[in-house]
Amino acid sequence: MESANLELVAKARSGDEDAFRVLVERHSRGLFRVAFRMTGNETDAEDVVQESFLRAYRQLARFDARASFGTWLYRITVNCAVDLVRSRKRRGELPVPELGADDPVRSLVCGDPAPDRLALSGEVRERVTGAMNELSAVERAAFVLRHFEGLPIEDISRVLGCNAGAAKHSVFRAVQKLRRALEPLVSTPK
Amino acid sequence: MNHWNEESLALHYFGDAADGPEIERHLAACEECRALYRSIERTVRRLDALPIPERGEAYATAVWERLRPALPAPSGFRFRGQPWRWAAAGLACAAMLVLAFLAGRSYPPNRLPVQITGNTAMRERVLEVAVGDYLERSQRVLSELANARATHPLDITFEQQRAADLLRENRLYRQSALGAGDAVVAGVLDDLERVLLEIAHGPSRITPAELDDLRLRMEADGILFKIRVLGSNVRSRTEPATRQPL
Repeated sequence: MESANLELVAKARSGDEDAFRVLVERHSRGLFRVAFRMTGNETDAEDVVQESFLRAYRQLARFDARASFGTWLYRITVNCAVDLVRSRKRRGELPVPELGADDPVRSLVCGDPAPDRLALSGEVRERVTGAMNELSAVERAAFVLRHFEGLPIEDISRVLGCNAGAAKHSVFRAVQKLRRALEPLVSTPK
Repeated sequence: MNHWNEESLALHYFGDAADGPEIERHLAACEECRALYRSIERTVRRLDALPIPERGEAYATAVWERLRPALPAPSGFRFRGQPWRWAAAGLACAAMLVLAFLAGRSYPPNRLPVQITGNTAMRERVLEVAVGDYLERSQRVLSELANARATHPLDITFEQQRAADLLRENRLYRQSALGAGDAVVAGVLDDLERVLLEIAHGPSRITPAELDDLRLRMEADGILFKIRVLGSNVRSRTEPATRQPL
C-alpha cells in the first residue's frame, strides 16, 4: 500500500492530476472519520477534509518520500482540525453533536427508548459531548488516533510533532478526563 | 503492596505500558488496581458507541469533484515545444480576457452593503444572508489570486478594485456584527479585512515572487479556510433544509 502511495505521489508531483485523484479517493473516508472524531460535526469534518487535501497538494513538493504518506496526510488533517477546534474554543463556540433518533449514545444507559429513558439519554449525550469538548485539541487528537484509528504511539508522535513520551501522556490525559467526566454513567454496568 | 498509578494502567489498556507483563500479574492479585483498570476499560469502550456518519464510495468522488477546481496548476508544468498547445493556450487566454472584460462591465463597481433595518430577529437574519453572500464574493477574489500562476509580472488592477469594493462592505458588516454581539463573524471579517487591505493597497503589477508571498501569507492565516467554514455555517443557518450530506 505504502509503495503504491509513493508511486502516486511521485506522479502527482510531476503534474499527474489523475494520480492525485487516486490518492484522494483512497484516503477520503479515513480522513473524514478522523476529522469527524476531532470536530464532532459533519459539515466541519467535510471542510477539514477538503482543506487537508488542498494543503497536501500544495505541499507535495515538501513531502519526504522516506515517510509514510498516510501518516503525513493524518498530520495535515489533524492540524486543520486542531486549528478549527482551537478557534471554536477561543471564540466560545463548541461543536453541536449531530445525533439522530437512533442515536447509539442512548445505549450508554440502555437499549430501551421509553420516554423517561430518552430524557436521560439527552443528559448522557450532553455529558459525553461535554467530556470530549473538555479535552484539549492535542489530547483529543492523541486519543482519537490511538483508540479509534489504532495508530501506534510512534506514528501519533509524528502526527502531533512531539516525542513518544508526550504522545503517551496526551493519550493518558484524555482517558483521565473522560473517565472522571463519565464515571457516574459507567460505574454500574448491567 | 505497591499499586500502579492511573497513567500506567491507562497505557496498559492500550498496550503501551513498558511493564505490561508485570502490570498484568499485579492486576490478577490486586482488587483495587483491578477496579481502576476496569473503570478505564468501561469508559473507553463506552465511547465506541459514539456514532460516525456513514460515507459511501460516492463520498470520495464528491471530495475530488469539489477539490479539483481549487487545485493550483502544478508548478513544474511546462509546454515542451508542441506548437498546437501554445496555440490552444493563446486562444484560451484570449477567451479569458474577453470574459474578464465582460465580467468587469457587469460587476457592480460600487456595490452598496445591505442596509439593515427592522426588528432584532429580522436584522440578524438579513445580516447573516448578506454576510453569506459577501463571504462568497470575497472567497472568489481570494481564490483567484491564490490559484493564479505567473511566470511574468501580473496585472491585478481588476482584483484590487474588487478588493477595495469588498473592503468598504467589510467595515460595515464587521461593525454590524459587533453591534449584534457576533464575535465569531466579526473576528473572521477582521482577518479578511487585513488581507483585502494588503491586496487593495499593494502594487497593481506583482512579480511571481510577490504573488507567491501573498499566497503563502493567505495560507498562513488560513483565511480561505476560515471564510469557507464561516460561509458554510452561515448558509446552514439561513438555508437549513437545502444542504444534503455528501
